Amino acid sequence: MLYFQGWKLALVLGVCLLGFIFALPNAFAPETIAHWPSFLRKQVSLGLDLRGGSHLLLQVDMNTVEQERLNSLVDEVRTQLVAAKVGYSNLAATAGHVSFTVRDDGRMNDVRNIVNKIDSSLDVKIGAGETVTLTPDPAALIQRRTSAVDQSIEIVRRRIDETGTKEPTIQREGEDRVLVQLPGVENPEHVKEILGKTAKMTFQLVDPNASPQDARGARLPPGDVLLPSSTTANGQPTQYYVVRRRVMVSGDTLTDAQATFQNSVPVVSFKFDSTGARRFADATRENVGKPFAIVLDNKVISAPVIKEPILGGAGVIEGNFTVQSANDLALLLRAGALPAPLTVLEERTVGPGLGADSIHAGALASVVGVVLVVVFMVLFYGLFGIFADIALFFNLCIMLAGLTLLGATLTLPGIAGIALTMGMAVDANVLIYERIREEVRGGRSLISSLQAGFERAFGTIFDSHVTTLVAGALMFWLGSGPVKGFAVTLSLGVLTSLFSAILVTRLLIVTWLRRLKPKVIPI
Amino acid sequence: MRPLINIHRIPNINFMGLRHIGFALSALMTIASIVLFFTHGLNYGIDFSGGTIIEVRSTTGPANLAKMRSDLDSLGLRDVTLQNFGGPEDVLIRLQEQSDKTQEQTVNQIKQKLGSSFEYRRTEVVGPTVGAELIKAGAEATILALIAIAIYVWFRFEWPFGVGAMLSTLHDTITTIGLFSLLHIEFDLTTLAAILTIAGYSINDTVVIYDRMRETMRRYKSMDFSELINKSLNETLSRTILTVSTTALAVLSLLLFGGEVLRGFSIAMLWGIVIGTYSSLFIAAPLLYYIRPKRSAAQSADAGETAVRGKS
Repeated sequence: MLYFQGWKLALVLGVCLLGFIFALPNAFAPETIAHWPSFLRKQVSLGLDLRGGSHLLLQVDMNTVEQERLNSLVDEVRTQLVAAKVGYSNLAATAGHVSFTVRDDGRMNDVRNIVNKIDSSLDVKIGAGETVTLTPDPAALIQRRTSAVDQSIEIVRRRIDETGTKEPTIQREGEDRVLVQLPGVENPEHVKEILGKTAKMTFQLVDPNASPQDARGARLPPGDVLLPSSTTANGQPTQYYVVRRRVMVSGDTLTDAQATFQNSVPVVSFKFDSTGARRFADATRENVGKPFAIVLDNKVISAPVIKEPILGGAGVIEGNFTVQSANDLALLLRAGALPAPLTVLEERTVGPGLGADSIHAGALASVVGVVLVVVFMVLFYGLFGIFADIALFFNLCIMLAGLTLLGATLTLPGIAGIALTMGMAVDANVLIYERIREEVRGGRSLISSLQAGFERAFGTIFDSHVTTLVAGALMFWLGSGPVKGFAVTLSLGVLTSLFSAILVTRLLIVTWLRRLKPKVIPI
Repeated sequence: MRPLINIHRIPNINFMGLRHIGFALSALMTIASIVLFFTHGLNYGIDFSGGTIIEVRSTTGPANLAKMRSDLDSLGLRDVTLQNFGGPEDVLIRLQEQSDKTQEQTVNQIKQKLGSSFEYRRTEVVGPTVGAELIKAGAEATILALIAIAIYVWFRFEWPFGVGAMLSTLHDTITTIGLFSLLHIEFDLTTLAAILTIAGYSINDTVVIYDRMRETMRRYKSMDFSELINKSLNETLSRTILTVSTTALAVLSLLLFGGEVLRGFSIAMLWGIVIGTYSSLFIAAPLLYYIRPKRSAAQSADAGETAVRGKS
């Protein structure tokens, strides 16, 4: 008991010192520590509930991802069957499958080859009446979903970066969700608007022979599609267009888009990459004099007539823009299209006023809590209570240092976790001291009582800490934002208190024993 | 420096004599909680129920709730509740998802209607899917925590101790939920965090007492089991009360100064700490009278404890 091994002594002192040093910056305003050495400039990062800002939980629409896969499969099958001159009917995508009927069952082998060429992982079933059913491989589908989320995260990041938001956090949450955190953003409407668009842009020819009126009366020529205009009046599209289904050029070949002015009207200028430029040149050369539609998310922005072939791979989009909407469209085109629409599942916005109040309330509650605990320990244990309080101080330092170095985010429930663990940290001291009292009462000598107190209390302390850690771990696993913050501080606090209450207190008692050579234990 | 308050006398309370009262009281509280949960339900916060809350602060003195209510009524929204939240200037507007418009539109409408004499301190919009998932995940996490703790106690002691620990922890969690149902306090994610923490923390006293029982079982091989439980409880009573007091002090300070957002959390924690202590004394320990651990087995458990001690 009296002997503290050298390395152990160094370890305890070292950890306390490091804890103090790394916790220290948190006691100052960021401006004050701006010219401190770089390793001392790290502070605990505050959660959105404390610093203010917006939190958006978005869901990637997986149904669309699957449906798009099936639609493109339908297109490929159609193209390939036509090219091989195989007669077919009823080609459609339904409920996770693509099915069609082959007219001539003698061509079944050709069909198999064609399908195999398109995607060899497809499950092919040939049923009665020459009906072919294609089902995408589940593993391939899962991969497609994963990559859809990854791609969404990337596009969301690009779009948010373009809006100039500082320090956004964008991360995957669960299987098909994206969590976006925007510190300092008080009104997330604009961000939501920008993220709410898929921004799939295509250039398609307008069918000059079909009128929208006829098409709305369900007489849509095959290979055409009826699309509304993006401009609306009273919530209704101002116009409809009959547009060829076939895409002339798609927006993913754009390399740049900027909002500019043409005749002092806001427009969006764009540039194609070389593939896009060649396709656009070919398409415009073949269709001079005809109108083509600029389609964004299945809405026609405008449908100008091709006056002459556009060979330079650049152009402008006109269409009733305001400066803001032109800027937004340019931003969306630069950032690229989302693989699937995003829906907002959860939105939390905290203003800076409430954040500051929460910090104040949390800090006040913690300080009062700590003072109460400190006084309590002195009242009940005298000198040993002071030892426990010194250990408690270092516990707080090490905990703050841990949070700082781990880069954990401190939330209001996190502060509650700190206050709570301050109360729980001295529990270990109580257990040790009560055991020492008991041993003294049992007639043991001073040193042997101390020794027995520490040793026998340890098992109990260990067990009770483990159960709290189990709860902490489960909370972290369950965790959504604020609860995770609480779980982190609680678990960290339990671990640091194990160190401080046992080792730091023991070091203090050993030092006291050696220096003052007391005859009785003052408890 | 000697302590100012000193507990030297070991009390001599006949806990075992009180066990029937304790069991009856706990059974009553547990059943009442379950009945309340199924009839009265819980006042789920928007984390779980979905919907919208807007916390506003009037910038022109105390908020006129009646005026705000009539303003919002004129918007034709369903299920809108307003309540003071903290000070007289602060109002919490809570509403369920409206069938005819998006939650975003509703929020904008409200902001427009109330105008600029309010500071919009917090806006939270949660869709219904997330809430349902969280309830499921929360229930799973709580059950897992109970099982994990029971297994740990079983592993460290013996199975009767594990059963006792789990039953008393279950009792603590169920009655906490009952209290929330009875008082209609908002039950949100932080409350759930409190319940999980209670599950982990309320076991502490139980472990202290069980530890002592195991030690006493080893020392007094032929002592009457009822007397043994009483002796262990009385010997550890001072530390049970003192450890609980320090934590209760910290939680009390959170309740008084931590603000509105932490209120539910603090109430749950405070209740959990008190009920956890009660259940350690009157449930967990007396239960072992009925599911008695084998006295010879205490010897082998001792070996396990020494192994852990070795790490210090």
